[in-house]
Amino acid sequence: MTGGSTTGDDGATAPSTGPQEARAAWPLWEVFVRSSRGLSHVHAGSLHAPDAEMAVRNARDLYTRRNEGVSLWVVPASSIITSDPDAKDAFFESPQGKDYRHATYYTKSEGVKHL
Amino acid sequence: MSEASATRITPGNALRPEDIALLETRPADAVAQYALGLGDDALILAQRLGWWISRAPELEEDVALANIALDQIGHARSFLTYAGRAWDRTEDDLAYFRREPEFRSVHLVEQPNGDFARTIARQLVVALYQWELYSRLAGSTDPTLAAIAAKAVKEVDYHRDHSIQWVLRLALGTEESRRRMIAGLTLTWPYVEELFADYPLIDALGDAGVRPSSLRAPFDAAVQAVLDEADLELPAVPGAVGGGRLGRHSEHLGYILAEMQVLAREHPGASW
Repeated sequence: MTGGSTTGDDGATAPSTGPQEARAAWPLWEVFVRSSRGLSHVHAGSLHAPDAEMAVRNARDLYTRRNEGVSLWVVPASSIITSDPDAKDAFFESPQGKDYRHATYYTKSEGVKHL
Repeated sequence: MSEASATRITPGNALRPEDIALLETRPADAVAQYALGLGDDALILAQRLGWWISRAPELEEDVALANIALDQIGHARSFLTYAGRAWDRTEDDLAYFRREPEFRSVHLVEQPNGDFARTIARQLVVALYQWELYSRLAGSTDPTLAAIAAKAVKEVDYHRDHSIQWVLRLALGTEESRRRMIAGLTLTWPYVEELFADYPLIDALGDAGVRPSSLRAPFDAAVQAVLDEADLELPAVPGAVGGGRLGRHSEHLGYILAEMQVLAREHPGASW
């Protein structure tokens, strides 16, 4: 019964856009699940929902039905600012050749006991 | 997990149909008949809700309705397994090899799905009714009925929330969604009456069951609270003739059973 006209009364002059009338898609939400107390929330996936309350409920149905979690976060996907995939090289450049960034690079001074 | 099947995982000590099948005690005939009615309600509703799988307005809603249908199948399995203990019949015997007049479900659950709003209207009534019923049945003098109800009421609590959320959104949404919600409620309301009609079996049950008429006042209060919040009015329509608990059904049940039972009857003894 979804889609299609169920009124059966579409006059020729009615400003109907027809059964395939475009419908605004529900916004996208990112779902984070905390699997047990003491752990952090981990990204589990995403879903569509009309609002935040329904997003939490849909997240419960889609991501926690088999005992996966004790807590859920949903975040509008539009609120997440991501790093630019094209800037990968500059952002995540390999630390190779930069040994001085690691503590093990430095020799321990003589007589320092608790370092 | 040491369970053989991943789908059989039940956390904690929750009662499973498989456990009920192994019970030493057999229910009295009146208790079994009562459990049969509640099990049939859940089974037929699950069959109806299953229709929505792949047809719900959005994928997420598809999953939500399917989960509710699965919960109802779980309740049906427990009730039917327990009822069957009285007559040496399995849950499958009762689900697939009874004829229409032998079913004891109420007319509400066999009503057509209609559009999404009509299904939500039916869900609102069923969920509020089942919540009032199971939260009281959890105090039944029959320990098995009490255990089944105590487990079911937690799931029905979510069904209740799901339907209320949707009633609010449809009623307070667009002009069209509100029109459909009102139409759905109006089509559903005639079948509310039967849920609260006492029938002869109830007198034989004592405190093992819950007297349907005793649930009417709390149900009405719960409905009114939702309708107030959704700015809706109680549909002013007369009650339909019931009789499902006595095996008298509307024209819809036969079609549901034909679809639900065809495989089991075509291949008797098959397992799945």
